[in-house]
Amino acid sequence: MQLTEKHKQYWNINLKISTVLLVLWFVVTFVMGWFARELNEIIIIGPLGFYMSAQGSLIIYVAIIWYYAHYMNNLDKEYGVHEGELD
Amino acid sequence: MTAVTQSQFAANLKRYYSFYTGGFVAFVILVGILEQMGVPNKILGYIFLFATIALYAGIGFMSKTADVGEYYVAGRRVPALFNGMATGADWMSAASFIGMAGTLYLTGYDGLAFVLGWTGGYCLVAILLAPYLRKFGQFTIPDFLGARFGGHLPRLIGVIAAITCSFTYVIAQIYGVGIITSRFTGLEFQVGVFVGLAGILVCSFLGGMKAVTWTQVAQYIILIVAYMIPVVWLSVKHTGVPIPQISAYTSALPKITALEKEFNDKASPKGAKEESVRAIFRERAAAADAKLKGLEAGGPAFLAAEKQKLADKVAALKAEAAPDAKAIEAAEKSVKDFPADAAAAKKAWTAEKGVGARAAPVKAHAEAFAVGGKTPEEIEKNRGIAKKNFLALIACLMIGTAALPHILMRYYTTPSVHEARVSVFWGLFFIFLLYFTAPALAILAKYEVYSNLVGSSFSALPAWVSNWSTVDKTLMNIADINKDGIVQLAEIVLGGDLIVLATPEIAGLPYVISGLVAAGGLAAALSTADGLLLTIANAMSHDLYYKMIDPNASTVRRLAVSKGLLLVVALLAAYVTSLKPGDILFLVGAAFSLAASGFFPALVCGVFWKRANYLGAVLGMTLGLGICAYYMYLTYPFFGVNAPKWWDINPISAGTFGIPAGFLGIIIGSLISPAPNKEIQELVDHVRYPNLEGDIDTKGV
Repeated sequence: MQLTEKHKQYWNINLKISTVLLVLWFVVTFVMGWFARELNEIIIIGPLGFYMSAQGSLIIYVAIIWYYAHYMNNLDKEYGVHEGELD
Repeated sequence: MTAVTQSQFAANLKRYYSFYTGGFVAFVILVGILEQMGVPNKILGYIFLFATIALYAGIGFMSKTADVGEYYVAGRRVPALFNGMATGADWMSAASFIGMAGTLYLTGYDGLAFVLGWTGGYCLVAILLAPYLRKFGQFTIPDFLGARFGGHLPRLIGVIAAITCSFTYVIAQIYGVGIITSRFTGLEFQVGVFVGLAGILVCSFLGGMKAVTWTQVAQYIILIVAYMIPVVWLSVKHTGVPIPQISAYTSALPKITALEKEFNDKASPKGAKEESVRAIFRERAAAADAKLKGLEAGGPAFLAAEKQKLADKVAALKAEAAPDAKAIEAAEKSVKDFPADAAAAKKAWTAEKGVGARAAPVKAHAEAFAVGGKTPEEIEKNRGIAKKNFLALIACLMIGTAALPHILMRYYTTPSVHEARVSVFWGLFFIFLLYFTAPALAILAKYEVYSNLVGSSFSALPAWVSNWSTVDKTLMNIADINKDGIVQLAEIVLGGDLIVLATPEIAGLPYVISGLVAAGGLAAALSTADGLLLTIANAMSHDLYYKMIDPNASTVRRLAVSKGLLLVVALLAAYVTSLKPGDILFLVGAAFSLAASGFFPALVCGVFWKRANYLGAVLGMTLGLGICAYYMYLTYPFFGVNAPKWWDINPISAGTFGIPAGFLGIIIGSLISPAPNKEIQELVDHVRYPNLEGDIDTKGV
């Protein structure tokens, strides 16, 4: 089994998209958590810091995972590493 | 694959479960009709309990199998949507279903660490683990460790870690099963545990992972319906809007905030009444404190003198011109109840001193890291500690989520890598439905208590309050402390579990919905316990017995060993649970920290760092588990060491030290020993690409 340049490129793109999404995950969890008191001063629907931790961040988590699955599926096809028909 | 193609299979499943959902709704309506005809509540409770367990048993029986691939990984043909539902049920435990909203009610913002930790962890699962584990595609998590790092030792440490964290966690689940069955049927707690155990075993015994998967899908449907109906109803009742996730914040939360301010403002009418109750608590706490100090200084002599004072008071009351019978009775009772010796006195007065906590001002629900302190510097310091612990707990819960073997195992069951990725999405989506409703429910319930219960008259309490305060004092304890006949907030002590259990009554729904909620809680606890027990039994039968002791064992023998172990582990877990061991929340926290420290570094490095090798994995896993367990031992009160905390981190977040230790161990261990051989490097490439030309095959069957 020999990896081609194309394979390496696929893996690098995977690492890049993973990093970007994990940074987003880190920001909505830990950075927003750290500044919760400050964010609570802003009122959107409810106090923003509270609302984000109770609802907003959760919605972003779901979106992150959806986007990753969608993006990687297309990447698999583009780089020819997708799985064949199952049956 | 058989004659039925995967897409036909998925279509059939959708049809079956649509019929099933319709049937279940019809069943609930039928029970509702029975209730209207006057069937007593207790019978309705029994109907719900036994009908749902019989249903799970039916699915379990229909899924019986003698095929190894079906027993361990459900034949690897579970479509993403259904694997998502099964993950949701596997994941959401009794603590999530019954306890979560209550925790949020009691702690406000700070409780959100659990909501964030138990959802955000799936981002790590989706991006760092699930697709790669699926491509590897054997049976258990120790399988991956064994193949990736070579040798028996990484596998063995994996087995030990899997058993430790799953067993700790399963005790908490069976405890939940016992509580629910005993509360809704009146059975003894211990009996309830074993009835629940039967419910767990019928799902998994005959069909292993296949049966557990299909019952978990059924259980998910019940639990989500049971959670949503009362909350949506309550939202409509209070705000007129059926979307609690918005209405709670826009219409209920501002009112709660205004009421909180009023309760804490001594100049307002409500604040003045609260203050009168708080003053009584402060006095009682101060009196108890004075007695404790006297006891320390004077010993038994002080105790005798105190008792004499009470006796004198009785005599004085009796000698009055017009003796007050009630006062005499009360005084005599206080003589009779007087602690017998110094130890009993110390215990009683320390407890009495604790009521001082009830004199504290109301904490604002949305305020983050609200802490007390005498000086601004002290408040700032305490706030720093609270913030640090909040984030540390989130980190431990998230990373633990991405390391608990019973969840990761689920991604072996999908038909492809792509489906594994999509199924993490569905899994989190189904979990999210409940988790983003819980904070809204907490707010709606708080609004009910603050605006309707507080200020009502003790002679006309709402029905749900008087019902629950007679059923269970730990859930609802309410007493007229300042004797004004009106309920003040400081006079109410509320147990967290009450919120979900009483929501149907608060919303004014019939008892059938309460039964439905109990069935939902039971489904949540049973499904999680199923997944965990199967993980433990598989770790022992597959990894320990088949891979390490007898690799030539026949299929029949492997399944027999697995089923036997399942039975033994289940009985052992039920026995340990019936002894009612300590703090459930700590058990749950410990399971997450242990899993995070033991598995996460090795699993992630196994996929993303080709250089990681045998020595690194052994060192990292031992160090991670060791440091985590050692810190819990040092700081958790149960062990009695009570050493000073490291950087003020609470014992529940012991993983804060275990996880970095695990990564450090794996990096150092790998770098001081040679790189893994070519075969293992190829294995890493194999898991990284969903499909490669001339690929090796790692699938077990």
